[in-house]
Amino acid sequence: MELDAKIPKGALEDKWKHYKDTVRLVSPANKRRLDVIIVGTGLAGASAAASLAELGYHVKVFCFQDSPRRAHSIAAQGGINAAKNYQNDGDSVFRLFYDTIKGGDYRSREANVYRLAEVSADIIDHCVALGVPFAREYGGLLANRSFGGVQVQRTFYAAGQTGQQLLLGAYSAMQRQVALGNVEVYARHEMLDLVIIDGKARGIIARNLVTGDLERHGAHAVLLASGGYGNVFYLSTNAMGSNVTASWKAHKRGAYFANPCFTQIHPTCIPVSGDYQSKLTLMSESLRNDGRVWVPKKKDDPRKPSEIPEDERDYFLERRYPAFGNLVPRDVASRAAKERCDAGYGVGPSKMAVYLDFRSAMHRYGQAEAHRLGIAHADEAQILELGKHIIREKYGNLFEMYERITGENPYETPMRIYPAVHYTMGGLWVDYELMTTIPGLYALGECNFSDHGANRLGASALMQGLADGFFVIPYTIGNYLADEIRTPKISTDHQAFAQAEREVRDRIERLMSIKGKETVDYYHRHLGKIMWDKCGMSRNAQGLKEAIGEIQALREEFWKNVRVPGDAYSLNPELEKAGRVADFLELAELICIDALHREESCGAHFREEYQTPDGEALRDDEHFAYVAAWEYHDGKQYTLHKEPLQFEVVHPTQRSYK
Amino acid sequence: MIMHITLKVWRQKNQQDSGHFETYQLDNVNEDMSFLEMFDVLNDKLIREGKDPVAFDHDCREGICGMCSMYINGRPHGPLKGTTTCQLHMRHFKDGDTIVVEPWRAAAFPVIKDLVVDRSAFDRIMQAGGFISVNTGSAPDANTIPVEKDKADAAFAAAACIGCGACVAACKNSSAMLFVSAKIAQLALLPQGQPERKTRVLNMIAQMQKEGFGSCSNIGSCEAECPKEIPITFIAKANSEYLKAMLAADLPE
Repeated sequence: MELDAKIPKGALEDKWKHYKDTVRLVSPANKRRLDVIIVGTGLAGASAAASLAELGYHVKVFCFQDSPRRAHSIAAQGGINAAKNYQNDGDSVFRLFYDTIKGGDYRSREANVYRLAEVSADIIDHCVALGVPFAREYGGLLANRSFGGVQVQRTFYAAGQTGQQLLLGAYSAMQRQVALGNVEVYARHEMLDLVIIDGKARGIIARNLVTGDLERHGAHAVLLASGGYGNVFYLSTNAMGSNVTASWKAHKRGAYFANPCFTQIHPTCIPVSGDYQSKLTLMSESLRNDGRVWVPKKKDDPRKPSEIPEDERDYFLERRYPAFGNLVPRDVASRAAKERCDAGYGVGPSKMAVYLDFRSAMHRYGQAEAHRLGIAHADEAQILELGKHIIREKYGNLFEMYERITGENPYETPMRIYPAVHYTMGGLWVDYELMTTIPGLYALGECNFSDHGANRLGASALMQGLADGFFVIPYTIGNYLADEIRTPKISTDHQAFAQAEREVRDRIERLMSIKGKETVDYYHRHLGKIMWDKCGMSRNAQGLKEAIGEIQALREEFWKNVRVPGDAYSLNPELEKAGRVADFLELAELICIDALHREESCGAHFREEYQTPDGEALRDDEHFAYVAAWEYHDGKQYTLHKEPLQFEVVHPTQRSYK
Repeated sequence: MIMHITLKVWRQKNQQDSGHFETYQLDNVNEDMSFLEMFDVLNDKLIREGKDPVAFDHDCREGICGMCSMYINGRPHGPLKGTTTCQLHMRHFKDGDTIVVEPWRAAAFPVIKDLVVDRSAFDRIMQAGGFISVNTGSAPDANTIPVEKDKADAAFAAAACIGCGACVAACKNSSAMLFVSAKIAQLALLPQGQPERKTRVLNMIAQMQKEGFGSCSNIGSCEAECPKEIPITFIAKANSEYLKAMLAADLPE
């Protein structure tokens, strides 16, 4: 199948306007007769549910958690970007677009990214109207801060809980529609298959996680907003339940999976402490506004950080990237930390960590405070105390979280941080309208591939989730549903539903009947280790080939030897996990195949064979300036389809933050 | 340090089952483990022994999703102030400790299995009025609505609620007033929340009562146990909102 991204004609800045002006509409009377299913209730899913229900569509939403308010968008800490230029520092739609394209290392679509930048300002307006309590200045207007890869202040935030506040805003907008009868919520339900009738997505098979019953739900269109697949690495900053199952089922039914090897490793996470570790916790990128990253200049330095004098510290980000310093993009910062640790300069008990130090910032803020308060001869201790107060106001909850997890007080001693899997830029291939290669099936938010290229910039995930749900899908879905106004309610008696339900039931029974010796977590951990070691922050051809063999063997063993306790017809968290890990075991192989085929380094995808003499990613635009969209066959082979990336406005250059 | 821990855990097959405590011994608990990671270790052991693992709710494991909900030694989320179960680490217990773990107990939160309860009542309270009625696409520029910083900060403090239900579990009356008042206060403090201020408080309180939560008698255990340290003053604020709305319900201003 030829991939058609359906990018509107015309100048970049006119495309979206022109699209909106000419796209087909569905009348209010017809909208009432059309059903839409949404899987996932994070920022993308909840905002889509709210906005589509406001338009009059009948919406059913599904989430595996006990309430839609728990979706993992809630854990996003630092902020959301918008080209408001409230700081008068030269920001504009074009600059946000440009930063995002460059940050993604020229592997995203210009038209999508430009649209994202265009609607970013509307998101802030709408969220404020919904009552989201963003941080404000004394004058009552909105405050901003900076994020990585950017030289303006365009990030809006609510302390370190921006994701929570935005999600609760979208969730409340959706709950209003529940009360009005336009949205039905199916919590503690998991989508286990997609149903296709006559080539169109027409519904899903969902398992009621409390009773174990399989349910058929029909609709005129299906939207996946089911998040990313970072948990394929076992340890990640994702929630325990975050999974690829909905996307993967859609992939197996014909939706192409794009750029799966673009997986983001976030530089500032709390390091692993032991084998029992179940997840990793992020320390927001916003901390790099004020924290300085360093390691000792001496290898295996046994001294405490406070005993290491200034001139014996290597502030390696400031040294290597003077223009952006500690605020280089995530992929660059992660690799630089790994490089120092691999070279023997790491700190902490595991030596796989670097310091994130706030002392300079405390000093700087403390001096300013002393000046403001008119304290003439403040001593060092007094200054630091005043500075601590400011730091507490900005990042208090993050500092507390750090202390709760590590038992160390980051106001007194620098944080220890190390990169961890955080976000997946890859996902289901979608066109400009967010439709996958299956007609009537859309993918929104992190589960699609579209806007972040090979590396996502900080504070852009929240922006994309809400852009897709609030401001893109309400327009684009009409273009498809305009042809469906004569389609009656989708009957779930159709044999395609029966067939899909049977296949889901068979798979569950197969998982239950293995009764092997090893737990689901055993296989998940093992898979994570293969992925982290051979397809993590840096990759090479030999390692990837080995990984593919090891994943195949592990998958085979899983299906022979996994033990799922309990039964299939009641609440059974182990069975839920087993199904998700089985899907990760398939996806993992595709990630490695994609990483192996992409013989270049770009963004988060760093192939050791392709680097500049000073260790930076070396892109190959001549051969790899395309989206790799993979088609599923029988699990043994995948067909590669290429969508060439045309750069009409921004000309790809070697990305430099020096 | 490696610790030996005895766990007494509430086991209940389903909503109909009457439930009972089971005792388990763990002798390889690491002090840097989180409380839920200790339960992972327990479940791993139970599965290998051919037994049914303990069902418990959890998701983000970083204290923000509000899904984890264990009643530990008689306290929701355990002994540490301002901390959810998932962020509680074993270094706060002693080698040899016996720890009793139960589900949230409240008529409005029926047990589904073991430590998992049904908190959908909270969603229904939100549906009754925990929102601002504004359709997508109709908002004015964000900076045309200035908000005084102290009010914005107070609204944020109220909005920090994670909807976990610890306040209900802590309350001898199983009152949901801390949860409900936090949302009422957040929206009452903001200029955007003014048009629906009266109907919101009346509808949310009515739904809370309908769900079977008890009344507030100002004991304050909700505030003491709230993992986000939402202050009880928001209950006073909600009560005053309620009174004003009741007295002026039919009067135009």
